[in-house]
Amino acid sequence: MFSFHKKPRLFASTCCGVILASIPILGAAEQAGHYGYGEPATEEQIAAWDIDVRPDGKGLPEGSGTVDEGMAVYETYCSSCHGAFGEGMGRYPKLAGGEGSLTEDRPEKTVGSYWPYASTLWDYIHRAMPFFAPQSLTDDQVYALTAYVLNLNYIVDGDFVANKETLPQVQMPNHDGFIWEDPRPVVNNERCMEDCKEEVTVSDSAAGKNLTPSTTGPLDEGITE
Amino acid sequence: MLGKLRRLNQDVSKTALEESERLPSEERRRFLRSGLFTAGGAMVGGALAGIAPKALAATQYPPEIPPWTRSLGAGVVTDPYGVPSPFEKDVIRRNVPWLTADKVSSISFTPLQHLKGIITPNGLFFERHHAGRPEIDPQQHRLMIHGLVDRPIILSMEDLQRFPSVSQINFIECPANGGMEWRGAQLNSLQFLHGMVSCAEWTGVRLSTLLQEVGIKPEGKWLLAEGADGAAMTRSIPLEKALDDVIVAYAQNGEALRREQGYPIRLVVPGWEGNTHVKWLRRLEVGDKPWMQREETSKYTDLMPDGTAHGFTWVMEAKSVITSPCPEMPLKNKGICQIEGLAWSGRGKVKAVDVSVDGGQSWQQAQLREPVMSKSLTRFSLEWKWDGNPALLQSRVIDETGYVQPTLAQLKQARGTNSIYHKNAIQTWKVNADGSVVNVQLS
Repeated sequence: MFSFHKKPRLFASTCCGVILASIPILGAAEQAGHYGYGEPATEEQIAAWDIDVRPDGKGLPEGSGTVDEGMAVYETYCSSCHGAFGEGMGRYPKLAGGEGSLTEDRPEKTVGSYWPYASTLWDYIHRAMPFFAPQSLTDDQVYALTAYVLNLNYIVDGDFVANKETLPQVQMPNHDGFIWEDPRPVVNNERCMEDCKEEVTVSDSAAGKNLTPSTTGPLDEGITE
Repeated sequence: MLGKLRRLNQDVSKTALEESERLPSEERRRFLRSGLFTAGGAMVGGALAGIAPKALAATQYPPEIPPWTRSLGAGVVTDPYGVPSPFEKDVIRRNVPWLTADKVSSISFTPLQHLKGIITPNGLFFERHHAGRPEIDPQQHRLMIHGLVDRPIILSMEDLQRFPSVSQINFIECPANGGMEWRGAQLNSLQFLHGMVSCAEWTGVRLSTLLQEVGIKPEGKWLLAEGADGAAMTRSIPLEKALDDVIVAYAQNGEALRREQGYPIRLVVPGWEGNTHVKWLRRLEVGDKPWMQREETSKYTDLMPDGTAHGFTWVMEAKSVITSPCPEMPLKNKGICQIEGLAWSGRGKVKAVDVSVDGGQSWQQAQLREPVMSKSLTRFSLEWKWDGNPALLQSRVIDETGYVQPTLAQLKQARGTNSIYHKNAIQTWKVNADGSVVNVQLS
């Protein structure tokens, strides 16, 4: 994809023995880039930070978890925000339910009704949950929670065991509900300058709705929905 | 000489003290420290005839001579890092408490109604955090670049600043900007309706420079950017964009990034939705497929009326809004006024902006104020003579691709009311006969 215009190392090596010494460590295939800044990332360093998981299962670690195990973990760490059955609390996200609601006036976008990939669930729980203590769960706990939330959504049976083999095979109900190519622009107004419409009707106004926090004085903490 | 000035100061300090009584304690202390009150805290009498009465006048404009003209001001480094005048105390970021469950995963809005030009001051740049703002020690922070590359590397912040740097002015807009208004007019405020957009000069290293340094393997097609915050925020970005105009930024308007903006480093992905500009950047991985992360599947996808959703809708389409007048900045006088506003496009430059005062029946082309730059805010203005009658003000941007900003009705027709994101419709402000301005929607 790129052509590299490497500067010859000869000049550097004549003036600095340290660079000469570093060449055998880097090896011929891993010569430094043009600038040579920073240090090579070791496999151990990469493994510790590379936490992403893809739909095909790439990135899933060893380990496993059952639905029952997940229920116990869920009750400890998750239900206070997401509700005992994934129904959500206040503005904290609902995790289950909402099947068939995507065309309704108030769609409920949950793991079961909306999420296209099961891998995303493992990845997100592992990287960002529980909200107050991210990246504190063990891999087995994450597998168990993933199994439990999938079961809450009737996507897997109660005897489901989540691991790196089974998760990529889980078909999410809304897997085919996405178009992964931006169709926009889907609206392109005309640049009319005169006589653009016959009448103008105001259909709605924010006046008097009392939803707007104050934009003067101290921060407005008082307004609730 | 100095002694004489001091005496004068003691006289006017009476007024100064009275002025300061009206200020909050913090500002009062600063005010008193500022040098107007210089007698070691003691009030000393002996006013020179003729000066004290003037100093006590209710107003300070002509023919009065204000106390700050007849005294010494605050010395240098009174504020080692400068802060706005206390009279600007209302000009702050604000949030909508009912919008989110918690301030830690929430958004604040830029006070666009108070801003001039196109650059957002660093302290007023809108904030969007998914797990709060981390406090990162740059000495301890590292950027790892790995995946389908020849030479995976780890860079310190010092290493990063050794690479050739570039500076570019780009807006960042959250795709949820205005997202509360799909179903109707709710919020009566420019700040809360449109304040999820800001614009800054970003300085950093081109991502293409870094990717050339590590060498992309032929299979590499995508890039994953990941933050070091508690959300470990991630987005998949196609390499085509990554190699085009993306930078790893360490500075914003000439100084280190603010913590809210990703200190010590963030991605700047010009013209693309805000969440792709991953803050507190710690990792870049090259891969052959997108990762389908939570923030590109469950969130930041656009639900259509038929129940399907559009994903990877990265570009922020052209949008404009009148910033003066607006609900926070009503018209105070009949006669000539300057309608002003901001326009921008994620696809390039703003080509033109039109303004209507009759709800879109007729339009006039506004003036664009230089500089007009790609994927940056552009300021426009139009002189208008307000006759005191109610009016419906709108602005409409046309970008360099020829795209014309849609009406809300057109957008709803195409996208329904459940997309949440990418609401770039024409905003209508109703000017009432008393000069007040209200957010309205037209059918």
